Amino acid sequence: MNVINIRNISKTYVMGVEEVHALHDVTVQIDRGEYVAIMGPSGSGKSTLMNMLGCLDTPTSGLYEFNGANVSEMNDNDLARIRNKEIGFVFQTFNLIPRSDALHNVELPLIYGGVNAHERKRLAAEALNHVNLGDRMHHRPNELSGGQRQRVAIARALVTKPSIILADEPTGNLDTKTGDEIMTLFEELHHQGNTIILVTHEEYIAEHAHRIIRLRDGVIEKDENVQKRVIPTVA
Amino acid sequence: MGMRIADFAYELKEGLAISFQAIRANKMRSVLTTLGIVIGIVSVTLMGTAIEGLSRGFNDSISKIGADVLYVQKWPWFGGEGEWWKYRNRKDIKMPQFDAIERHATLIKSATPMAGTRAPVKYKGQSSEGVLTLGANDQYLETGGVSMDFGRFFNQAESDGGRPICVLGSEVAENLFPNETPLGKTIRIGTSTFRVIGVMEKQGSLLGIESLDNRIVVPIEGFIRRFGANRGIQINVKAADIKNLDDTKEELRGILRKARHVPPTGEDDFAINQQEMFIQTFNAIGAVVAGIGLFITALSLFVGAIGIMNIMFVSVTERTKEIGIRKAIGAKRSTILLQFLVESASLSLIGGIIGIIISYPLSLLVNQILPTSMPLSVVGIAILISIIVGVVSGFLPANRASKLDPVEALRYE
Ligand SMILES: Nc1ncnc2c1ncn2[C@@H]1O[C@H](COP(=O)(O)OP(=O)(O)OP(=O)(O)O)[C@@H](O)[C@H]1O
Ligand SMILES: [Mg+2]
Repeated sequence: MNVINIRNISKTYVMGVEEVHALHDVTVQIDRGEYVAIMGPSGSGKSTLMNMLGCLDTPTSGLYEFNGANVSEMNDNDLARIRNKEIGFVFQTFNLIPRSDALHNVELPLIYGGVNAHERKRLAAEALNHVNLGDRMHHRPNELSGGQRQRVAIARALVTKPSIILADEPTGNLDTKTGDEIMTLFEELHHQGNTIILVTHEEYIAEHAHRIIRLRDGVIEKDENVQKRVIPTVA
Repeated sequence: MGMRIADFAYELKEGLAISFQAIRANKMRSVLTTLGIVIGIVSVTLMGTAIEGLSRGFNDSISKIGADVLYVQKWPWFGGEGEWWKYRNRKDIKMPQFDAIERHATLIKSATPMAGTRAPVKYKGQSSEGVLTLGANDQYLETGGVSMDFGRFFNQAESDGGRPICVLGSEVAENLFPNETPLGKTIRIGTSTFRVIGVMEKQGSLLGIESLDNRIVVPIEGFIRRFGANRGIQINVKAADIKNLDDTKEELRGILRKARHVPPTGEDDFAINQQEMFIQTFNAIGAVVAGIGLFITALSLFVGAIGIMNIMFVSVTERTKEIGIRKAIGAKRSTILLQFLVESASLSLIGGIIGIIISYPLSLLVNQILPTSMPLSVVGIAILISIIVGVVSGFLPANRASKLDPVEALRYE
C-alpha cells in the first residue's frame, strides 16, 4: 500500500484580485521505501507540495490520503499528531531551536509525543550516534558547523521513526563536499528502509533518488523512475 | 482523544525550561517588565503585614484592656467627631462619683479611680523618659488584670491614707535601677518623693505605641494631694460577670447620672467606654489601610499585567520562526498556548518573588510600629496573585502564538 496518495490536489493563493495557482491538479502516489526527488524551477510549487505532504498546509481542493487516512478531514490536533509521529522534516535552513543543545533538539519531537524522559534520552542519543554526532550532544546549534547542524536536524527527523522523511533542499545551505556527506547519509537511511522525499535544484543530487518528479508552474511535468546508474565510463 | 496527564507534565516541564531560557536570555528586559508586578506585590504584602500587625496588636491590646472592664470617662473612645467642644466642656469626673459607685453598685467586682501625670521621674542621677504616673486605689491590680513581679502592691489602708509609696512598671524599674533592687528606694516624681514597695510584671504595649510598663502607680489620695486637687479622674470598673456587662453598664449609668445631677431628660454628660468601641476603631483603621493598599495593589498589578502582555507579544513575534519549527515537529496549539502561558506566569512570578524579597526588610520597618512579621499566608497569596496575573496577561499573546499558521511561521525571518 502507498504511504502517500494525492489526487487532483490544487493550492490557490488569493493575492488581492489575482489568484496564484501554486499547485494545479497534482496527482501522485508514493510507496513505502521509495526515494523520490522533486525538481523544478524556482516558484514551481515544490515547497508548497512538500508542506502539503508534511501536513503543515492543507490543499484548496483535492484528496490527500496518508497511510489510508483522509488528511483533508483532519483537525488541527490530528495534523499535529501526524507531523509528530509519521513525518520527519529536514529544512534547508536546519531550523533548530537555537537555545537548546543538540540532544534537546532531537528530544523535542519525543517530548511532544509523550515519551518519558529516560526513553527520550536513550532514543535521542541513539539518533545522534546514527548521524555520527555522538560526541556533539551538548553543543548548541551555533557551536556546530552547517553540516553538523543538518545532521542534528536529520537525527531529529529520524528519532520518532516516521513513515516518511521530507527534506526541502537539505543541501541548499551547504558547500558541495558537506552536501555530499549529507546525501550519503540519506542514501544510508534509504537503504535502512526509510521513505525519503527530497526537493532539490541540482541534477547530481537528484541522481541519488530512484524516482524524479518534475514540477513546472504547479503542474507535474514529468514523473519518472530512474534506474540506479552505474557511473558512465567515458568511451 | 484526551490528553494524557504524562503528556501534559512533559509539556509543562518543557514550557518551564523554555521560559527560563528565554527569560535568562533577556534578563534586563524581563526584570524591567515585572516592575509593576514588583510594586503590586510589595504593596499587597505590606498591606497584609500591616493588617496582620494591626489585628495582632489589637488582640494583644484587647486582652490587656479586658473585655469585662468598663471605663467611665469624659470622652467616648469612638464616634462623635466634631463634637469636641461638647466633650471638652463636660464637668470633670471627680472622686465623689467614684465613691457613689463604690457605695451603690451591686454588679461590680472591683473599681478604681485613675488619674495620670507625666511629671519627670528621677532616682539619684537616673531619670526615666515619658513615664506615666497613675493614681489608683488598691483594686488596681484586680481591675487591670495586672500581677506583681516582686515586692507588693499597696493595701486599702495605704491607699486611703494616700501614703507616699509607689509600685513600678517593669520598664521604669529597669531604667531607674539598672544595677540594684528598687525595693525600699525613694524616687522623685515631680517635686514629691515616693518609696518603692513593688514592681509589676511586664505587660507589653498597647497597639505597640503606648508601653504599659513605663508606668508608676501611687495611691490616688496622695496623687490628688500632690499633683493637683482640681484634676479630673477616670473610673475603671470590672464587672462581676461579663455576661451582665450591659446591666452593669446600665447600673453605672444610673448611679453616675444621679451623682452628676443630670436632669431626667438630659443627655449623659459622661461616657462609659468598653472594649467594643476599641474594636470599632480598629475596624475603621483596618478598613482604611486595606482600602489604600488594595487601590495601590490593583493599580500596579494592572500596570504590571499590561507590561507583561506587551513583552509577551514582543516575545511571540521574535520567536515566530521557533513556533513554526515546534509546530512542524508536532507541537499542538495547546502545547504552544501552554508554553507561552507558563512563560508569562514565570515572568510574573519572578516579579512576585522580587516583590517579596523587597517587602521583607520593609515589613521589618512595619514591625517597629506594629507587633508583626510578614505572615506566611501573605507570601502564599502574593505568589498566587503573581501567577494569576501572569496567566491572565499572557493569554492573548499565547493565544496568538498558538494560532500561527505553521507554514507562515516557518517562513518568518
Ligand atoms: N503564502 C503565499 N501567498 C501567496 N503566494 C504564495 C504563497 N506561498 C507560495 N506562494 C506562491 O506559490 C508559488 C510556489 O511557491 P513555492 O514556494 O512552492 O515554490 P518553490 O518551487 O519551492 O520555489 P523555490 O525553488 O524558490 O523554493 C510561487 O509562485 C509563490 O509565489
Ligand atoms: Mg522552495
